Amino acid sequence: MSAVTSPITAPVTTEEKVEHHYLNHSSGFLSWALTLDHKRIGMMYLAGILFAFFLGGVFALAIRFHLWNPNKDPDLALFTNQTYNRIFTLHGAIMVFLFIIPSVPAALGNFLLPIMLGTKDVAFPRLNLSSFYLWVIGFIFFSFTLATSGIDTGWTFYTPYSIETTSSVTPATFGVFILGFSSIFTGLNFIVTINTMRPPGMTWFRMPLFLWAVYATSIIQVLATPVLGITVLLLAMERLIGIGIFDPALNGDPVTFQHFFWFYSHPAVYIMILPAMGIISELMSVHSHKGIFGYRMIAYSSIAIALFGFLVWGHHMFTAGMSDITTIVFSALTFTVSIPSAIKVFNWVGTMYQGTVAINTPMVYALSFLFLFTIGGLTGLFLGALSVDMHLHDTYFVVAHFHYVMMGGTLVAFVGGLFHWWPKMTGKMFNDAAGILSGVIVFIGFNLTFLPQFVLGTRGMPRRYASYVEEFQELHRLSTIGAATLGVGLLVAGIVLLHSLFYGKKAPKNPWGGATLEWECSSPPPHDNFSSPPSVGDPYDFSKIEYDGKSGGYVKK
Amino acid sequence: MTTEAAVHTDNHDHGHHDHPAWLAHHFDDAQQQFDAGKFGMWMFLVTEVLFFSGMFCAYVLFRNRNPEVFEYCSSFLNTKLGAINTGVLLFSSLTMAWAVRAAQLKQHTLLVGMLGATLGCAAVFLGVKAVEYTHKWELGLLPGKLYVAQVENAVHADHHYLRNVLIVPLIYTVIGLLYYLYSIVISSRLHRQIAGPVFVSGVCFFAGVLLGQYLESGDHGDHAAHASHSTSHGDEAGHDGAASSHSGTDVATANAATPPLTLVSDSSRLLNPDVFVSPVEQEIPRSDVNNQGMAGLFFSIYYCMTGVHAVHIIGGMVVIIWLIVKAARHEFHSQYFGPVDNVGLYWHLVDFIWIYLFPLLYLIT
Ligand SMILES: [Cu+2]
Repeated sequence: MSAVTSPITAPVTTEEKVEHHYLNHSSGFLSWALTLDHKRIGMMYLAGILFAFFLGGVFALAIRFHLWNPNKDPDLALFTNQTYNRIFTLHGAIMVFLFIIPSVPAALGNFLLPIMLGTKDVAFPRLNLSSFYLWVIGFIFFSFTLATSGIDTGWTFYTPYSIETTSSVTPATFGVFILGFSSIFTGLNFIVTINTMRPPGMTWFRMPLFLWAVYATSIIQVLATPVLGITVLLLAMERLIGIGIFDPALNGDPVTFQHFFWFYSHPAVYIMILPAMGIISELMSVHSHKGIFGYRMIAYSSIAIALFGFLVWGHHMFTAGMSDITTIVFSALTFTVSIPSAIKVFNWVGTMYQGTVAINTPMVYALSFLFLFTIGGLTGLFLGALSVDMHLHDTYFVVAHFHYVMMGGTLVAFVGGLFHWWPKMTGKMFNDAAGILSGVIVFIGFNLTFLPQFVLGTRGMPRRYASYVEEFQELHRLSTIGAATLGVGLLVAGIVLLHSLFYGKKAPKNPWGGATLEWECSSPPPHDNFSSPPSVGDPYDFSKIEYDGKSGGYVKK
Repeated sequence: MTTEAAVHTDNHDHGHHDHPAWLAHHFDDAQQQFDAGKFGMWMFLVTEVLFFSGMFCAYVLFRNRNPEVFEYCSSFLNTKLGAINTGVLLFSSLTMAWAVRAAQLKQHTLLVGMLGATLGCAAVFLGVKAVEYTHKWELGLLPGKLYVAQVENAVHADHHYLRNVLIVPLIYTVIGLLYYLYSIVISSRLHRQIAGPVFVSGVCFFAGVLLGQYLESGDHGDHAAHASHSTSHGDEAGHDGAASSHSGTDVATANAATPPLTLVSDSSRLLNPDVFVSPVEQEIPRSDVNNQGMAGLFFSIYYCMTGVHAVHIIGGMVVIIWLIVKAARHEFHSQYFGPVDNVGLYWHLVDFIWIYLFPLLYLIT
């Protein structure tokens, strides 16, 4: 009977009975390995990408500790120059292809999208599972690269060096190719699910903004990733049989490689940041207990970013020898993308205004995002300006800029979202005070790591160098101390979450007072999400939701 | 509580009545399942178009850079074979569309027949393609760095490319034949309907090979003199080919750092301009055309585009066999024919891409 009980009226006493949910629906290794349940697939993704993040993070710390000293004498350096090249390449490649791109859409998106939409599953559950296994195969290819001669091209695989180097570029390109298809199939699945499976009452403009963001992301995944696929395939052919298309020695054109690569990889930046923006829209509204400000503008700006994002790839190549007119057009278009991003930031601030802002772990991360993403976005304008970019291109300024967006933006939002939905996913509450502490340490550590890098960049410190002149040492050391702090902060966050799994209180249905559909099913959700189609209302109407002391969560009036 | 439980039970029963085996549990009805599948397939086709678009871009870039090289090299492609393959694919699109109709009308035998015809056409296409490819490999018309063309002399004739390529299709055909005989022995309609098309498509592949060989040799009839020439100098030619390919790679690596313009005029990279004559009498557009960075680049693009297309044909054959299995089991009906419809869409796209490849590669002379 307890399984049948509608979670909306579920009395607190169900705690004593054995509750039926997706985690105990079936057991055994195969019940996970062959599951078609989007929630379990999402959890498997979560475990996988967190492991990838750990690996990438270890490489990041290795980079920072190597740069503790200027390394004038390579013999005294922590790593050889060759090893250093491999470390920063693997850091970038793992973080981009194995962690950030699948992080929010594939892990949180998989878990949340059908529940937020009010459906039983995504449109193609088998395709969903195969996306996960493609990710695993891609991971294996990268591990192979790691285990053999590594890869030292940078995550961008620029030709002609990537054709000539003896490091394992070929397995890495196959890995990227396979991961690309994993990403395409996830995006395709989400688009079809949102288009064809919305239950009655779930109109486009009743969708939570997280879904709008994931939808926009999926559009980019479907439209941009195939171009990366063919690019790395041609690169692999270049190495295997020497087709020459990207090889100047055979009349090929390395700049064409850059065009192809960035035609994907700039939109990919929005694959990384858009879902994070979706998380922040939810977090801002729910933890301010106030309807989102400018719902439609945020929704439209997600789509606008997705579409504009396809027109600006050339800003990565201002110094690659494009014509003047091309660079001017790309620069102008780049500035236009900042408009929809700024719209979002203003709307988030507007949401908090006169709201009842709760300072808890997810909100601390959300506020941290707001600050860091704004810095990341504004420094992007410097790089989009042609004259300034001539000076800043390939310096630490660029490194700091994209880390502010990718790490300060996406990673921080991802961790915030993880805390926000953790009670829903696992059914356990975490220690909020310790969570806030982790957020504060991450914020301090992050800024300590990357603010000095802006200064380094403007003073001319080139990126990817294994050694530097002595005058940069102080700033580099600050950055390394910051990286260690950041590592500690993330470690605390990880411990808080792990601790909750074993000692956490049972989570109520709606611990934060959210109005979207996922808070209407029990924590963790039952196998089928909803026993009957949920009644769909305004996802940001908090007027009917009030705190219930008995369950420790919020209930509908 | 009671009302809710009642509602739930009602839904539960309802669910069972409404969900036959062919309707996945998470869909409400047949229409939703069909729409989702079809929309998903259209999205997939968009990704396919974008996947090919990278190579079309490369084609445009390099043709625009050296139009005369492209036009000249195009004359090495056998237009007759390309045209036949175009016709074969167009016909297979017809049979595929017919298959969709048969699935809707529950004409199971016709459906198996039409899918089998499509499979056979795909096999003919690949058979012809195998002849085209291997013939070019024998002449040294290889992509990029591997390019060692000595068109007068079949530099790689002793490699038996075609014979090696035929091994896998031969295994496929033999397995198809054995499976067909087995289905007759156990007199199973189901297995016969699956084995038949598989075996026939294997035979179709070899029919395509024969057709291709006949036309490829016919095309070079007016070059019989060259052919005899090549046998008498076979050894020398082989030696030449190896030597020049060797020097070619050396120069390629040595000059990697210098800008491409100097490479174009680098005469040491010419393999053997004197003996380089195209099958149709045509003047060499520039002295350095017989070069890994010129003709070699054209053949890189040719092999990449047609090769990726051929992989799509093979992928299509796999899913068509899957459809034949389902069709032989009589799984399709007016409420459930989405898989046939969607594979049909995919097949039309593969056909459509060839419709572009054929004129862009074969007909620009
Ligand atoms: Cu960009």
